[in-house]
Amino acid sequence: MNRAELNSHEDRLQLIKSKLKWRYAKENIFRVSGIIAILLAVSMLAILFISIIGSGYTAFQQTFIRLDIKFDQDVIDPDNKKEPEALSQADYSALVKTALSKMFPDVSDRRERRDLYSIVSSGAAFELRDMIMGNPALIGTTQQVWFPADDDVDMYIKGHIQVEAEGSGRIKESTVQWINALTESKSLKKRFNTTLFTGGDSREPEIAGIWGAVVGSFYTMIVTLALSFPLGVATAVYLEEFAPKNIWTDIVEVNINNLAAVPSIVFGLLGLAVFLNFFGLPRSAPIVGGLVLTLMTLPTIIIASRASLLAVPPSIREGALGVGASRMQSVLHHVLPLALPGMLTGTIIGMARALGETAPLLMIGMVAFIVDIPTGVFDKATVLPVQIYLWADSPERAFVERTSATIMVLLAFLLIMNALAVILRKKFERRW
Amino acid sequence: MVMSHDDVFETVGRPLLSDGRIKISCRNVNVYYGNKHAIKDVSVDIAEKEVTAFIGPSGCGKSTFLRCINRMNDTIKDCRFEGNITIDGENIYDKNMDPVLLRARIGMVFQKPNPFPKSIYKNVAYGPSIHGLARNKSELDEIVITSLERAGLFNEVKDQLDHPGTSLSGGQQQRLCIARAISVHPEIILMDEPCSALDPIATAKIEELIDELRQNYTIIIVTHSMQQAARVSQRTAFFHLGSLVEVDDTNTIFVNPEHKLTQDYITGRYG
Amino acid sequence: MNNLSLLLVVIVLSVAGYYLGRKRSVDVVRGEIRHLHSLPGYYGLFVALWCGLPALVVLAVWIASQTSVITSLVVSGLPPDFRSLPGEQLSLVINDIRNIADGTIVSGTRDQALYAAAKHYNRLKVTGFLAILAVILSICIAGLGLSKRHIAPSMRARVKVERTITVLMVLCSTVAIFTTVGIVLSVLFESIRFFNQIPITDFLFGLEWSPQMAIRADQVGAAGSFGIAPLLTGTLMISGIAMLVAVPIGLMSAIYMSEYATDRVRTVAKPVLEILAGIPTVVYGFFAALTVAPFLRDIGAGMGLDVSSESALAAGLVMGIMIIPFISSLSDDVINAVPQSLRDGSMGIGATKSETVVKVVLPAALPGIVGSILLGVSRAIGETMIVVMAAGLTANLTANPLNAVTTFTVQIVTLLIGDQEFDSPKTLAAFALGLVLFIMTLCLNIIALYVVRRYREQYE
Ligand SMILES: Nc1ncnc2c1ncn2[C@@H]1O[C@H](COP(=O)(O)OP(=O)(O)OP(=O)(O)O)[C@@H](O)[C@H]1O
Ligand SMILES: [Mg+2]
Repeated sequence: MNRAELNSHEDRLQLIKSKLKWRYAKENIFRVSGIIAILLAVSMLAILFISIIGSGYTAFQQTFIRLDIKFDQDVIDPDNKKEPEALSQADYSALVKTALSKMFPDVSDRRERRDLYSIVSSGAAFELRDMIMGNPALIGTTQQVWFPADDDVDMYIKGHIQVEAEGSGRIKESTVQWINALTESKSLKKRFNTTLFTGGDSREPEIAGIWGAVVGSFYTMIVTLALSFPLGVATAVYLEEFAPKNIWTDIVEVNINNLAAVPSIVFGLLGLAVFLNFFGLPRSAPIVGGLVLTLMTLPTIIIASRASLLAVPPSIREGALGVGASRMQSVLHHVLPLALPGMLTGTIIGMARALGETAPLLMIGMVAFIVDIPTGVFDKATVLPVQIYLWADSPERAFVERTSATIMVLLAFLLIMNALAVILRKKFERRW
Repeated sequence: MVMSHDDVFETVGRPLLSDGRIKISCRNVNVYYGNKHAIKDVSVDIAEKEVTAFIGPSGCGKSTFLRCINRMNDTIKDCRFEGNITIDGENIYDKNMDPVLLRARIGMVFQKPNPFPKSIYKNVAYGPSIHGLARNKSELDEIVITSLERAGLFNEVKDQLDHPGTSLSGGQQQRLCIARAISVHPEIILMDEPCSALDPIATAKIEELIDELRQNYTIIIVTHSMQQAARVSQRTAFFHLGSLVEVDDTNTIFVNPEHKLTQDYITGRYG
Repeated sequence: MNNLSLLLVVIVLSVAGYYLGRKRSVDVVRGEIRHLHSLPGYYGLFVALWCGLPALVVLAVWIASQTSVITSLVVSGLPPDFRSLPGEQLSLVINDIRNIADGTIVSGTRDQALYAAAKHYNRLKVTGFLAILAVILSICIAGLGLSKRHIAPSMRARVKVERTITVLMVLCSTVAIFTTVGIVLSVLFESIRFFNQIPITDFLFGLEWSPQMAIRADQVGAAGSFGIAPLLTGTLMISGIAMLVAVPIGLMSAIYMSEYATDRVRTVAKPVLEILAGIPTVVYGFFAALTVAPFLRDIGAGMGLDVSSESALAAGLVMGIMIIPFISSLSDDVINAVPQSLRDGSMGIGATKSETVVKVVLPAALPGIVGSILLGVSRAIGETMIVVMAAGLTANLTANPLNAVTTFTVQIVTLLIGDQEFDSPKTLAAFALGLVLFIMTLCLNIIALYVVRRYREQYE
């Protein structure tokens, strides 16, 4: 090796070395920004969860007020008719008012009286009616009954609202005094909020619940599953196992891929124009919601099912054909059972997505205010995510925590479904 | 002959060289992929400005050993290295040895031509520009042109330097990769089966090129072709199941191998 | 459940058909099954299909048309002064009738005619049910009887059954096509009706959007304006902000996960991204309205800026979070598709990892990454709940992300929620917006799918 060349080698290495520090600095910046990106994603998820849980956990408790209710014959059934018709028409709120007045006899001003009466939920009267209708023998007796407190009282107890100067806020000084008195006499306490899980929707936060939405979601999902699973699997099996490779199947394929990326609200427009206006199916009904969601989840299920069929090795098919099975028999008896777990996984994931879907359901009227629990797929209903949307839109402070709580319930359902999919995948994971 | 995978063969032939000619010296090299013992206690010297061929049946560890020399195995997660490799007396597995700097000194050419999906010019300019070897455009032009010339490709592509490198033929692509490797003026070039994806004519061109490059570079070539090893190399090392079985002058290996396994392999009785 | 019981009837009869057919085939050959062309089960299936399929088709048609048929019958039975009511009012009346028929209490004035109509409605429902029950029963039994008579040892029952199943599968696979056709037709028809009332040029090039129409025809100055410019800018602004958040974070996390991360980091980060992807958009919307928007407003107030509580920034930021996992998982696929040999080539010449990524891997993966970004944009444009809950309703033509803007999807929802008067430009406008939205996302999707597919082929 000659001298000059050696020098130039050395020089070159020196040159490279001189730049190395800067290059490694860039390398570190790059790596750190990758870490930052991941940390950002993680922290955003954390913030989201913290803010939802933080604003929602209090909804699982509700303030109750105990009143001594005298079921006064004169008020409930003055003519002593004992007919359900008459009993259901009685003025039960008078009983509540009487009980409250007896508790705080020195409240005389009319305005103050009204404030006093409003510390108990307006649902209290219905609760009493149901008690009497269920057991008329209660008439004439005096019972201790726990009523849900009005949402403002509840919010005050939970510290979400404060007394403001000159009674401008949602809650007044006098009300606070009553609350304190009730607390002292152990007539006011927080209990688990069963209504949230068992009740239907209501304008009064303290008696509003998500059961109606849960049932609505359930019916909608049943329809979706019943339609999309057979349709999706049949399509996938046809395309993957039987279809000839031609323009037609190409069109179908492009279509499916494209449908997977069409905004969900467009499916809502389709549902509105076709299912409601053209076919005249009922508005707000789970059947229509299920139909729309079926069309929406179908691509997901088809794509997953095809992938799972593709993973079944050709040797299985050849083996079946080799012993004289028809093509249909080889697919139905041998290929399909092997591909089924993968198809189910895809279906569950598709269903989870459908369960969280809101926008298309708004289009077909599932956003109506519905108190009754639906009893079938043709009833008016709403679903969990729409319930979230509706409550998020309500001005009452108490609906904020209920919205968050509903979100927690919805997320729990989604978590269960996804866990199921993961377990299914793990359990049936097969390597050929 | 029955062999077990645990066998470690004593290297025969002349694995070690006299001081003056040594470029790379490897001592007791062991490589593991997780639990798999891929290189078993290999010690060998590589002579300067000479072509050394690595031969051996598939899976015997040739590529693995080659990749130890420029520390490319560092990029494989569960790969563990033990032993000692020095280049010009410098331990390349030393803490202070910078793998980037090391790889700038050691070029590598891979089995499948792997030009970047960029223009021919940018493919060759890649190394010099990341290392900052050119101060300006004209210097870079000059590096690119000389590298292409040395790789024997310039005349074929001089009018299409802005065409994508992937648009060339396989043989041209491989020469482009060689040009890319020598663009940073390495001292050593490692070639892992550079001709296995090429037709005979392209192969002949590359072999010719290797013979020329030998003037300036220390070259190690992995090959499955006995003829190629015989044609281009001065020394040949025969690997088997992770062990280095025999190293010697190419002539000796092919005419008068010492080890029975070597003889069986080069006469095509197995492998 | 009326319809459910009808379905049950069909299923029970089909099952019966299966057993009858099977038995019959065995009887025909006097138990010598080997004389049959197919296994007895196929003869059973043959009969069951003949029994069930036609009935199911009829049932589906009935379910789909039942309401409209009954309604039109009821309407035709109404007194003439009702029948001559204009469209929207008539539909209100029909609603009332249905509610009375269901036994729900209706508020407001109640006409005796409505009660009569409700009774009529209920009567028709019962008659309809009985009629369809009769029809279905006769179809089932006819199918069963006819097909059973066909059974003979030489009949190729398996072939016939398999052919039927194949036809059914082909029909299933056309659902995807019908969906697309349905989408196109439904938005197109209503849009054309809309453009008959509002010139298409006003729609496309108008600078003002205020779909408030006059309630009475003689009201002044309330013609409503339908220019989509402010919606387009609003949509693009929010999507732009979302992509500014999602692309760097999503791309960098994908790069980090595929090129740098240890297994430990990956086992934490991957589920996090998957959870982000699985959260329903309504939850993001609530998060934006509850947490992010007030937070931004407070920060803005601290800096003396006037941030709207429905700022484009809040909606865009949260939408960005939603799209992060989308970008990262697509980019992850794309980056992993870049062959290892390119990385080796770059590392082998002495490049650092970041140089390899930036100068070799990313350029090689660029088409795929562009494709995934385009899909992300398409998703951002079509995203509804986040903007409905966190963006504004009023159409401002502004470039300030701190102001409230509105989007296509928000307008579609507000125009269609609540009581709609059909045929009014206000309602039809929603479909015109839907058409624009569909075309925009369709173009993006097709380009993106094409680019990604080409890219895949390049390395296959
Ligand atoms: N990344 C890796 N992870 C685990 N094991 C590996 C890895 N790379 C190689 N091996 C194993 O190490 C052994 C040697 O492999 P190597 O690639 O070095 O063989 P080779 O001699 O180059 O073979 P060929 O001639 O086929 O290229 C093989 O048994 C292989 O299975
Ligand atoms: Mg190799």
